[in-house]
Amino acid sequence: MVTSILPLNVKDAVVRRRGKTLLGPVTTTVSDSGLSIVMGPNGAGKTTLLRLLHGMERVSGGGSLQWQIPEQDARALQAFVFQSPIMMRRTALDNVAYPLMTHGVSKKDARARAAEWLERVGLADSAQKQATVLSGGERQKLALARALIRKPEILFLDEPCANLDGRATREFETLLMQAFKDGTRVVMSTHDIGQARRLAEDVWFIHHGQILEQTPAAEFFASPKSIEARAFINGDIVE
Amino acid sequence: MNELLAGLLEAGRLIITLDADLIEISLRSLQVTLTAVAVSSAIGLPLGCWLAVRRFRFRRFVIATLNALMGLPPVVVGLIVYLMLSRAGPFGVFGLLFTPTAMIIAQVIILTPLIASIAHQAIRELWAQYHDLLISLNTTRGQRIATLLWDGRRALLTASLAGFGRGIGEVGAIMIVGGNIDHATRVLTTAISLETGKGNFSLALALGFVLIGLAVVVNLLIHTLSRTEVSGRW
Repeated sequence: MVTSILPLNVKDAVVRRRGKTLLGPVTTTVSDSGLSIVMGPNGAGKTTLLRLLHGMERVSGGGSLQWQIPEQDARALQAFVFQSPIMMRRTALDNVAYPLMTHGVSKKDARARAAEWLERVGLADSAQKQATVLSGGERQKLALARALIRKPEILFLDEPCANLDGRATREFETLLMQAFKDGTRVVMSTHDIGQARRLAEDVWFIHHGQILEQTPAAEFFASPKSIEARAFINGDIVE
Repeated sequence: MNELLAGLLEAGRLIITLDADLIEISLRSLQVTLTAVAVSSAIGLPLGCWLAVRRFRFRRFVIATLNALMGLPPVVVGLIVYLMLSRAGPFGVFGLLFTPTAMIIAQVIILTPLIASIAHQAIRELWAQYHDLLISLNTTRGQRIATLLWDGRRALLTASLAGFGRGIGEVGAIMIVGGNIDHATRVLTTAISLETGKGNFSLALALGFVLIGLAVVVNLLIHTLSRTEVSGRW
């Protein structure tokens, strides 16, 4: 790839909805590689932050998101995995092929590549099943395959394992790590401190709509800078 | 009770003997209503979908109007179309009054708001479900509408069938613009109306049973062909 869309510079970005400030002001840089885990209590703004970076929330009041290429082009090189996977009323195969088909790939080629991806995430047997009958773990793997099929430079995941059991979570993490090793920038939010320890290269800790710290994982778990983060790691309830 | 029984027997006789008049008016009923449903669906389904996806200033107003138009009185529609198509009216030169085309035009006006409104309800739910995904995948508005129409096709079929149900039983508008002319614009409903007026109850009832049968058969046929209500499919 000649030019990368990263790093992303975020400056004074604020998200307001109905007069309430959900997030910000946030000023940060998303570097061009790494696996970042976003942590924080419920309602802290994790989801809003990910949606903001992905361009699904408008920046209110003055702030800006600056990709290395024009935003419209940058949007095509990102993907998002939602907390509850959105299954289209189609077969598993067509769900995975959909992003290609809407971006100019012929139906035949799109299906062929989707079949490869289903193979990779272990869903080859379910290719012709309706996506809506898949189990929770299968749905999330399908969503991951659908997110990765267009080879995004950056992948956002919003608590993807929140509704999965241990085995499904492990399978999902394996697939995610593979994508990361293949060079995808990953930004993922989670509630699960164990998962954060397993995966994170660096941790962003959010509280009341502010990014309190962005520190390398080892440092974060050993000696968090903020009081809130320390309490959070110790398992205290942070409000 | 005697009339009902006689009507049933008469209906059986007409169908078994393949009565030429019966077949002619049944086919015309189907032709008029199916054409009207096709045209109305072509307008109403994308319109309903577009209203679900697009946010604009008068959206609420448009949707409220559409819902109100679902209850459009056919007789009034018939009257207005009559005035438009009559010799003195703005479209009089086309000479369409008292032709099946005029009947189709009147039915399109009646059915389009109904189909668009039901389509809008169905697509709105699907859009709420798909919204984040389709935005995230950076789809164009046209692609979103196409995706919703395709994935919502079974719900949309219901919209079209509701339109068919209203159209096939409709009498007020097509009576006015068609004129119930024998061998030209007579359809099942107008024939029933005429026979009832003449006191010919058994024939009127027979036509009525044929009409109901036709509606059931068309619905079953479309459901079978499109394989709705088969488990695991949408």
